[in-house]
Amino acid sequence: MDVMWIQVVLLVGIGVVALLLNRSTADARHQAIRRLMLLGFVLAAAVSVMVPQWLSAVANRLGVGRGADLLLYALVIAFLSYISTSHRRMNQLSAKITALTRELTLTEARLEDERRAGPGA
Amino acid sequence: MAAMTGLPLIDDAWLVVPLFNEAEVIGDVVRGARERFRHVVCVDDGSTDGSAAAAQAAGARVLRHPVNLGQGAALQTGIEYVVGAGARYVVTFDADGQHQVTDAVAMVELARAEDVAIVFGSRFLDDRTRAGLLKRVVLKLAVWFTNQSTGLRLTDAHNGLRVIRSDAARGVHLTQDRMAHASEIVLHLQRTHLPWREHPVHVLYTDYSRGKGQSLLNSVNILVDLVFR
Repeated sequence: MDVMWIQVVLLVGIGVVALLLNRSTADARHQAIRRLMLLGFVLAAAVSVMVPQWLSAVANRLGVGRGADLLLYALVIAFLSYISTSHRRMNQLSAKITALTRELTLTEARLEDERRAGPGA
Repeated sequence: MAAMTGLPLIDDAWLVVPLFNEAEVIGDVVRGARERFRHVVCVDDGSTDGSAAAAQAAGARVLRHPVNLGQGAALQTGIEYVVGAGARYVVTFDADGQHQVTDAVAMVELARAEDVAIVFGSRFLDDRTRAGLLKRVVLKLAVWFTNQSTGLRLTDAHNGLRVIRSDAARGVHLTQDRMAHASEIVLHLQRTHLPWREHPVHVLYTDYSRGKGQSLLNSVNILVDLVFR
């Protein structure tokens, strides 16, 4: 059985997404990599608009019938990686909310305790 | 209050009770606990049903989270508060009436007598606790998972009744806001390398607690929270 190139490409893509799920999105290196990938995506999109045959040619070389199919696969990978990064960010955000809320609760409790221990005591 | 039982009040062990929408039972739970423990701290986790007022009326010190964060977050807030207030032991205790005050007292006494820093409650060390078969299987899986990730050999996980000496409690920094904290707290306590024991406890499954308790499907959420942090 022949392994189609697209299968390799997609599996590698899914593997990368899985790795991203367990890594920080906060540091500058990852941000730079994301921006470079975005730049590449914009260029590829522009080229495939101007030269539509290009996308189909790339698809054929990877073993996919139509350029539209390749686009769909790429979209699946992009969507998964979006989920993983937004999941990370959500977690970081809720950790901040928790820290803030706890600080507020403990400060309020401290003030109440001081008030109780104060004049009445 | 001590007059009710004639037994002396425990002064240096503070109860921490995460509280979320338990107005129906929290008053009785706090009153029962206050017969033996002077300090009962309820961390109201954004309840919408008057739980905080009921706990306060029953004599608990109530801390309030302005928004609902989850049981793990409430526990962490309570632990930080009572350690800061000078408690020698932190006793984590559920708000829904599943735990017995006598078990909590026995665990504090065990911690004192054997000079251990941590006493975990376990419902599987004797046969007082009646749990359904499916619940047993899921709990055993949770125990296995927790033991794998912490290296401890516990017989029960996700049991809310624990006694933690302040030096061990200072090592607890829960980041799991929701239910997965039950594995996380074991991990953090294990990292302190302080001596620990298990103690048999009776978990009382009432119709009320069954109705409120976490559904078994929730264990899927716990697992996902633990794996994808």
